[in-house]
Amino acid sequence: MIPGPFRYRRVRSVDEAVALLSQLGTDAKVLSGGQSLIPMMKFRLAEPSYLIDINPIPGLDFIEERDGMLRLGALVRESTLERSSLVRQRYPILHDTAEVIADPLVRNLATVGGNLAHGDPANDHPATMLALRAQVVARGPNGERVIPIDDFFVDTFVTALQPDELLTEIRIPAPPPRSGGAYLKFERKVGDYAIAAAAVFLALDEARRITQAGIGLTNLAYKPLRAVDAERALLGQQPSEELFRHAAELAAQATDPVSDLRGPADYKRAVARTMTLRALRRALERAQANA
Amino acid sequence: MTATAVRGIGVPVKRKEDPRFIRGKGTYVDDIKLPGMLFMDIVRSPYAHARIKRIDVSKALAMPGVIDVITGEELAKANLAWMPTLMGDRQMVLPTDRVVYYAQEVAAVIATDRYTAADAVLAVEVEYEPLPPVLNPFEALKPDAPLVRPDREQKSNHIWHWEAGDKEKTDRVFQEAEVVVAQDLYIPRIHVASIETCGCVANYDPATDKLTIWMTSQAPHAHRTVFSLVTGIPEHKIRIISPDIGGGFGGKVPVYPGYVIATYATLKHKKPIKWIEDRSENLQADSFARDYHIHAELAATRDGKIRGLRVHVVADHGAFDAAANPSRFPAGLFSVCTGSYDMEAAHIQVDGVYTTKPPGGVAYRCSFRVTEAVHTIERMVDILADELGMDPAEIRFKNFIQPHQFPYKSPTGWEYDSGNYPAALQKALDMIGYQELRREQAERRARGELMGIGISTFTEIVGAGPSHTFDILGIKMFDSAEIRVHPTGAVIVRIGVQTQGQGHETTFAQIVAEELGIPVEYITVEHGDTDTAPYGLGTYASRSTPTAGAATAVAARKIREKARLIAAHLLEVSPDDLEWKDYAFRVKGAPDRYKTMQEIAFAAYTNFPLGLEPGLEAECYYDPPNLTFPFGAYVCVVDIDRGTGQVKIREFLAVDDCGTIINPMIVEGQIHGGLTMGMAPALFEEIVYDENGTMLTGTFMDYLLPTAVETPHWKTAKTVTPSPHHPLGAKGVGESPTIGAPPAIVNAVVDALSHLGVRHIDIPITPAKVYRILQEKGVAE
Repeated sequence: MIPGPFRYRRVRSVDEAVALLSQLGTDAKVLSGGQSLIPMMKFRLAEPSYLIDINPIPGLDFIEERDGMLRLGALVRESTLERSSLVRQRYPILHDTAEVIADPLVRNLATVGGNLAHGDPANDHPATMLALRAQVVARGPNGERVIPIDDFFVDTFVTALQPDELLTEIRIPAPPPRSGGAYLKFERKVGDYAIAAAAVFLALDEARRITQAGIGLTNLAYKPLRAVDAERALLGQQPSEELFRHAAELAAQATDPVSDLRGPADYKRAVARTMTLRALRRALERAQANA
Repeated sequence: MTATAVRGIGVPVKRKEDPRFIRGKGTYVDDIKLPGMLFMDIVRSPYAHARIKRIDVSKALAMPGVIDVITGEELAKANLAWMPTLMGDRQMVLPTDRVVYYAQEVAAVIATDRYTAADAVLAVEVEYEPLPPVLNPFEALKPDAPLVRPDREQKSNHIWHWEAGDKEKTDRVFQEAEVVVAQDLYIPRIHVASIETCGCVANYDPATDKLTIWMTSQAPHAHRTVFSLVTGIPEHKIRIISPDIGGGFGGKVPVYPGYVIATYATLKHKKPIKWIEDRSENLQADSFARDYHIHAELAATRDGKIRGLRVHVVADHGAFDAAANPSRFPAGLFSVCTGSYDMEAAHIQVDGVYTTKPPGGVAYRCSFRVTEAVHTIERMVDILADELGMDPAEIRFKNFIQPHQFPYKSPTGWEYDSGNYPAALQKALDMIGYQELRREQAERRARGELMGIGISTFTEIVGAGPSHTFDILGIKMFDSAEIRVHPTGAVIVRIGVQTQGQGHETTFAQIVAEELGIPVEYITVEHGDTDTAPYGLGTYASRSTPTAGAATAVAARKIREKARLIAAHLLEVSPDDLEWKDYAFRVKGAPDRYKTMQEIAFAAYTNFPLGLEPGLEAECYYDPPNLTFPFGAYVCVVDIDRGTGQVKIREFLAVDDCGTIINPMIVEGQIHGGLTMGMAPALFEEIVYDENGTMLTGTFMDYLLPTAVETPHWKTAKTVTPSPHHPLGAKGVGESPTIGAPPAIVNAVVDALSHLGVRHIDIPITPAKVYRILQEKGVAE
């Protein structure tokens, strides 16, 4: 459990981080919360030559609502997100998510930005961000760009971030009236990755028709998954148990899990259906309470 | 002296050891730092079975900071490539030609720091020629199976065959029986996973010619003897210190190769050598528990009277038979598997088998295979109840050994000392509201919900053991205590057993406090250093209180007898005119004339009668006349989620009877911990190998220890049936909940599904396993 040799640099600004990344390229890894990276280094599954520690950068831990967007700085800790009253009241789906990530010790250090930038389909925030249609802000040597979440996850542990880019912010559209979301995770024990988890966001119009539907799924494919067919089946419909069962079935069909110690693939697909169905019900409850 | 001041037996005294642990001031092996200390790390096999063609250490040796790389070839020259196991087998320390399990020790790097040692491990080049792994013990027994141990004379993977009970009588009972039920049960391989991994600091001092080893040992004296026999160093030149131990649970009874290599290295380099396993090494290569493939049959009358039990076990012991059972019991005390039930006959057979896995068969908090025994009988009784349409509580009441039958001779030869099984079960059923739960279950079933109630009424067997039957490598399984009362009445107690969380420093002080009338805070308990502690066989199998606890009480009583002579001298009466009452020697008929132990102790050094030796000390080596048989009645209530297969323990009640209770708070803590460690293999823990024999559960991400979140609120209660032969009436308790909990949980889950035709589920009962059953039965959501 001892990592290989590496060099360590602390940076105090985004510019400094980007400059170092440009210089070092793929030899460098960004250290944010370190809750995935450090264990991987201890098992020597990752052996970066350089760690660029972005924790000293001031002002990257904001949680604020501005211009119709919730903005989360890349260094917002999961525990901060979990305790934020703004998040709890306006974005309960994010609160649901933060609350089930690993354990309290991990959440005290782990960051939202790291959770996305790691590109791990087993991580919890990707599904939530897919359901919420979030945007990822990245800074590189040529300035800033905004990446829609649908373009962000490329492959297992691979994102749209370039080696010389730093994830700086996550933007989430503010919830319209009559909307609600929920994240439900089923795990073998606390701290484990999900057997299956579902993030659901729903918005209704005045006639109780579904105008927005977002469904993201955790640990059910080689990359974080959006259940597009299930979303489409919901749009324009009035919510009903029958409709939700149909959508949950479509979501399960979209998955492509692998068999492992968490269970065989068909079991994971079944749990995906159950989690989606239950998250749909809870999202609807919240949307109705939000009328 | 009042009972309030003494705080002896029965008082929930706060643990004396806790202030140092809570403040982070404990001293564990890894806290030992010596000048000039070198660090050892181990190269491990990536194959379960392979021939070693070549080991090239040159690149590792060339690294700055690397002092040495030790291989099996070098150890062979010192006759140390193999070591004896506690079970009379032998085990590789480092291999000379082949490896027989994944993560087996292949070579050891010695370096000036831990980081360099870890880097150098990767620089040791080993060329392997993979051989077919042998992973299933049934396959291993086939004539064409690859041989795991060609070093043995016997050219098969069969290790030993062991039997208990009366075959002929049992077969006859089965032939005549009105009802026979049979079931295959598999209890998978699990790991003790103590929070502190294993390790040592070995230090040979050429100036004194003495070898000192700080090591994570549950049995330091026995280990000193083994080290002496292995190395040829005389026993008085070896000192083993077992400092604070972060959990043992049976995993720190065996001697692991790392200890021997570190010892060899300190003798060679004359510098202290530290070796500490990391978590994965501990999970992958240290000894394992369970791995029992059981076929069990019960014979009964149609009205539910059990007549006989027949069991055949195929036991997977891995590549070396390195369990730590008493020598005459290769299957431990498994033959206690007739449990709490009176029956005419039983016949038990166990076959030990080699496979290409790390050594198995250590007693993981289960007093030598009693978990397997209890699981077998408690499951079989439920299966019989299901066959006969009887209530699981009713069938137990019908078959219990009755209170008047004690001492009870079991069909496999054990003499149960005491018990009152019906009282314990009745108490449990009343407390949990059994009838009401059954009504609720019927209502829920009608609504399609899955709820189950499980009962386990187990009998434990602890306190090994009487010298006529119990020894380890010939050393009888007595235990010891030595007590010194100082002039001011302060006491030091040294015991032959070694605490790893059981609270010995508190409970053994309470025994002495009670026997001598000295307040518990004036009593210090020491253990774990072979230079100072009396010889003992160590702490495992819930044996400390039955053996060393008895030794402590007897030694204290010897002191009291001497104190009587001194008190008589001080009070100027005949010793016969004194009685020990209210923690003092009092003149019969004149209780106001008395001497306390403090007064007597001072006199023992200042004013003792002529002709009497000064001082106030005693020791006792206690050879227990029998084992003790704690028991309990557990009830578990579960709900099953039809959408995920998840089992939720709604309620769990444990009624335990461990005889006289010395410290009720410590006993309750032991029961909480034990129940959690019993729930773990029932629902979570399992060591898994892939088809190549590679271990897939080498981290805590994959080997699932439950946390507080998964642990239900345990409800506990007690009955007290003292042991008639133990000086205090005490039994043992550490392992009762670990053996009693798993069948209660499994019985509850099976009960929840029994109306669908489910009769047995092997542990661990994972959500995936339950969901598949729900799908098969058409009730999955």
